[in-house]
Amino acid sequence: MTVRDLLAIKEFKVAVEGDMDLPVSCGYMGDLLSVVMGYAEEESAWITIQSHVNIVAVATLRGVSAIIIAHGFEPDEDTVETAKEENITILTTELNPFEAAKKLVEFGL
Amino acid sequence: MTFDYIVDPTEPERAGRASTKFKGVLKELGVSPKVIRALSIAMYEGEINMVIHANGGNIHCEVDADKIRVIMKDSGPGIPELDKAMKPGWSTASTQARELGFGAGMGLPNIKKWSDNLVVETEVGVGTTLTMEFNLT
Repeated sequence: MTVRDLLAIKEFKVAVEGDMDLPVSCGYMGDLLSVVMGYAEEESAWITIQSHVNIVAVATLRGVSAIIIAHGFEPDEDTVETAKEENITILTTELNPFEAAKKLVEFGL
Repeated sequence: MTFDYIVDPTEPERAGRASTKFKGVLKELGVSPKVIRALSIAMYEGEINMVIHANGGNIHCEVDADKIRVIMKDSGPGIPELDKAMKPGWSTASTQARELGFGAGMGLPNIKKWSDNLVVETEVGVGTTLTMEFNLT
């Protein structure tokens, strides 16, 4: 499964189109950046409610394939800019984190 | 080869810049992805600590044939209870820092976990220097 495949989930919308060909092999949920940094797996789809620019640094450094911002939160302007620079995909969803995770599971992740 | 970075405390949301830059340098040097990942995670945590606790600082990186050394030096408040700070989950971060998703009490534990060697020199009222090493062989 790649980041592009996740677009088939109709509740997910693209905020930043990064490298869509990156593989997605697992998921992670978390809003404490250091915990995500310590424990998220590479190739994760990472669900969070954080929307400020540091999520891009965490995703880039940790090797997360895509960020999914839940609960209808929108990424800050500089988050969008930095994600574009770093080629990181950001999806948004109105779903809460648990429901978003369920979608990923139902989708086969 | 050496590389130096300054961590600017006035833009806490920009923390991670030095780690991201150095990560790019290591990629160009052909360092293995495994080492790059470990190093950038540890260095990022150090950078965050500098921003949320220590009013910024300086980072000096040395790339040798067999190891990379990252020295992160600040003139912050120092760490009064280092043994506690090394334990996952223990944190003195401000509410503001926590709202940004920092201050989970995972900074130093993550650095210890991802580096091959870590030395913490700290003195209350003087500052903290972290020296972390990553083996290339």
